[in-house]
Amino acid sequence: MNKWTRRGFIGTGVLAGGALVVGVAVRPGNQVGKLRGDVATGEGDQLVNAWVKIGRDNTVTAIVPHCEMGQGVHTSLAQMLADELDADWSKVTAMQAPADGFYVVPDAVREFIATWSLDAPRWIEPTYNGLFTKVSQLGDALVTGGSSSVRATGQHTMRIAGAAARQMLIAAAARKWGVPADEIVTENSMLTHKASGKAGTYGDFAEAASHETMPQLPPLKDVSQFKLMEQGIQRLDIPAKVNGTAKFGIDAAISGQQLKYAAVKAPPVPGAKVETIKADTAKTMPGVLQILNMGDFVAVVADGYWQAQQALNTIEAHYSTTANDGLDDAGLRARYAKALDAAGDKGGKVLAAKGDAAGAFNGAAKKVTAEYQAPFLAHTAMEPMNCTAWVHDGRCEIWTSTQVPLMARSAVAKALGIGAGDVTVNQLYLGGAFGRRLESDYAVQAARIAKATGYPVKLVWSREEDVRQDFYRPADTSRFAAGFDAGGKLVSWNNVFTQLHDPAGAWDASQYDIPNLSIRHAEADMHLRFGSWRSVDHSQQAFFIESFVDELAHAAGQDPFEFRRGLLGKAPRHKVVLEKVAQMAGWGTPPPAGTTRGIALVKAFGTIVGEVVELSMSGGRPRVTKVWCSADAGYVMNPDGFTAQMEGGIVFGLTAALYGGITLKDGAVVQGNFNDYPMVRMNEAPEIAVEFINADTKVLGGAGEPGLPPIAPAVCNAIFAATGQRIRNLPIMGHFA
Amino acid sequence: MIQTKINGQPRQIDIDPATPILWVVRERLGMTGTKFGCGIAQCGACTLHLDGKPIRSCSTPISEADGKAITTIEGLAGPDGALHPLQQAWIDAQVPQCGYCQSGQLMSAAALLRDTPRPSDEQIDAAMSGNICRCGTYGRIRKAIKAAAGIAAAPRAASAEG
Repeated sequence: MNKWTRRGFIGTGVLAGGALVVGVAVRPGNQVGKLRGDVATGEGDQLVNAWVKIGRDNTVTAIVPHCEMGQGVHTSLAQMLADELDADWSKVTAMQAPADGFYVVPDAVREFIATWSLDAPRWIEPTYNGLFTKVSQLGDALVTGGSSSVRATGQHTMRIAGAAARQMLIAAAARKWGVPADEIVTENSMLTHKASGKAGTYGDFAEAASHETMPQLPPLKDVSQFKLMEQGIQRLDIPAKVNGTAKFGIDAAISGQQLKYAAVKAPPVPGAKVETIKADTAKTMPGVLQILNMGDFVAVVADGYWQAQQALNTIEAHYSTTANDGLDDAGLRARYAKALDAAGDKGGKVLAAKGDAAGAFNGAAKKVTAEYQAPFLAHTAMEPMNCTAWVHDGRCEIWTSTQVPLMARSAVAKALGIGAGDVTVNQLYLGGAFGRRLESDYAVQAARIAKATGYPVKLVWSREEDVRQDFYRPADTSRFAAGFDAGGKLVSWNNVFTQLHDPAGAWDASQYDIPNLSIRHAEADMHLRFGSWRSVDHSQQAFFIESFVDELAHAAGQDPFEFRRGLLGKAPRHKVVLEKVAQMAGWGTPPPAGTTRGIALVKAFGTIVGEVVELSMSGGRPRVTKVWCSADAGYVMNPDGFTAQMEGGIVFGLTAALYGGITLKDGAVVQGNFNDYPMVRMNEAPEIAVEFINADTKVLGGAGEPGLPPIAPAVCNAIFAATGQRIRNLPIMGHFA
Repeated sequence: MIQTKINGQPRQIDIDPATPILWVVRERLGMTGTKFGCGIAQCGACTLHLDGKPIRSCSTPISEADGKAITTIEGLAGPDGALHPLQQAWIDAQVPQCGYCQSGQLMSAAALLRDTPRPSDEQIDAAMSGNICRCGTYGRIRKAIKAAAGIAAAPRAASAEG
């Protein structure tokens, strides 16, 4: 049991220069599930997940513990904090929280949580000397990663930090002016007391405020008091992203050091080792410095990346054999089918059960069965995996783009056999991540190469390596059996599938009022590495479920919108979202000539999203021309940012639905680059209209992922409306080659 | 020895002439605004201008720049730092998300507008479809190009509401 020491829970502090610093601390020693060992270890570790710093010069710095990977989180979290603080937005900046807290309060601030997700007032708990989020209930929710910054960190940490800092500033001013605190008004980073005519800036009171007691539960603003929240404030990071000055991981430089560059190739089949390499040609190539067989990968280090990659391309490697060397897609599907056959209509792990789904199906007047398949998917963030590492004097410093700086730190420390405290992680902008940068494999490779060579090394993966050594959205197979009674009522839903990861309940269909329901997991192994891929299990489950619901609507002879609507009697918020998107799209009116519509509705990461696509079949190939999207995320803090995330999720999901398919041959991934793993481009990008419903100001949903799941089924449902062809396996274009 | 101009500055570069322009710019000259995305001219992240024409610098050897002028994203703004109209339009429309592809998007768009000051949607498709954006900012890119070109925004899907 860790001791609860004053030092461990400093909630406020004074920086050199007299700035007020407010933090919301996390209790050490609590269970945080799988990630605990990676984010915080040992006695006295202190997790501080958010800070606000107010300088004498009246500037406000929101120190944001989330990485910026395109979701605009540095802005939206600063916005939430600044609103509670009544700060002048023109004086607010955001900074990335470092993966070490040395700059703030040495010893007290050791680590930062990178991402977490939970709907959360219940896990906030006022305790000893500050505001501590009760980590014990986070549990597995940490693993889900994304779509959590605003609804968890923003809502329950940044707002509290801002509100607490405001109260401390007021208390300091009240003390100095000798006036009651409740007569002091704050606005635009100014404190004023009308009766006495006294006024001062936040900067004037920053230092004095740091000596005030930090309030345990500062009241937060009601929606009617919001000034910055709910505003579409422009992103702070965008100016640097239009002139080439934004620094991404791949742009890292080490002051005073001439970098060397590394290219790597790992065995094509997971689990294989590099037994021997033939590098005669590579050795003679210009710029090549070292050629390394690291056992689990081959590395070439050269004066330039291109030289390293060219040399690597000439190396012949011989790999050890594995049990999966002969595996192809048919073999994998056979493996899945075996697991599903064994589970039958009752077996496997029961995830949800209501009534007697199998019995009701057997007695049904009309039966519908279907098997759906989804392929493996790679992330292909535009910035290939990369990391710059320098190992010297028993220490390692890395520069990279990561979603999990502390996990990267621990992973590097473990690989090098040094303490986490001897590893420094410098975070740069992420050129996309989508879940790929929750893994630290590339950082570990870079650190090992740096250690082996002694050089400060920038490792850059080729795109081929990025596609073939990913952690993949798993291929999955899902079987459904549903039955209607003689009166046409849907009475049974029986579903079993092979891949179960995160988030919990992605398989859920209970928003639809069906009396008998059974949802089961028939576990089947895969040999590719699982990765969190934007929306994770929802990415395939939404396709399965919302396509099958569409099948049921047609089987029942009903309009797909009306059919869903009729089943949502016990899910009023779902119903509102569905009706909204139908209204936006003009559902019920004839679509423009030559087009059809498809609809889907999914709740993911706390946000309910309905989407309607308009599709034409020009030249025998589907083309999505428009997408309407309605969303209920509780309350939207930055409308333009939220809209951008919906747009992004839709395009990302559309790419996957139309084209995404990682396939296997001889146990290895076949695809390697954008020529055989194509993307939606400008000429195929649909017009997208987004509207949202603010239905709950207390519990917020996410934004980064929920826009994605409905798009695949909405497109497939529109294709069915156009052609009568039901797409039961992806990618769609595989059916229209 | 390669003789070239980079963003208006004459440069002599002693390097293997087969080296792609991308790596010369990034590693030798330390200008990292131009990005590596695929290495095979499929994604457009490395787009820069060679004598005013957009090229994929990951697949163009530096020898082809001998005696020519290279313009990178760092040289898109005016000499006085004034933003190119597209850069301002990108900010106004809040185009970038992760931002990684946007240097290439802007360089493709700048070449488009120079040759075609008022592009049609089809011309935008043709000029911009070599540039992949994984964050899905295509709609905003189209909007920003039109704004910079002074073209009124086309009716959006929302207008079909009701």
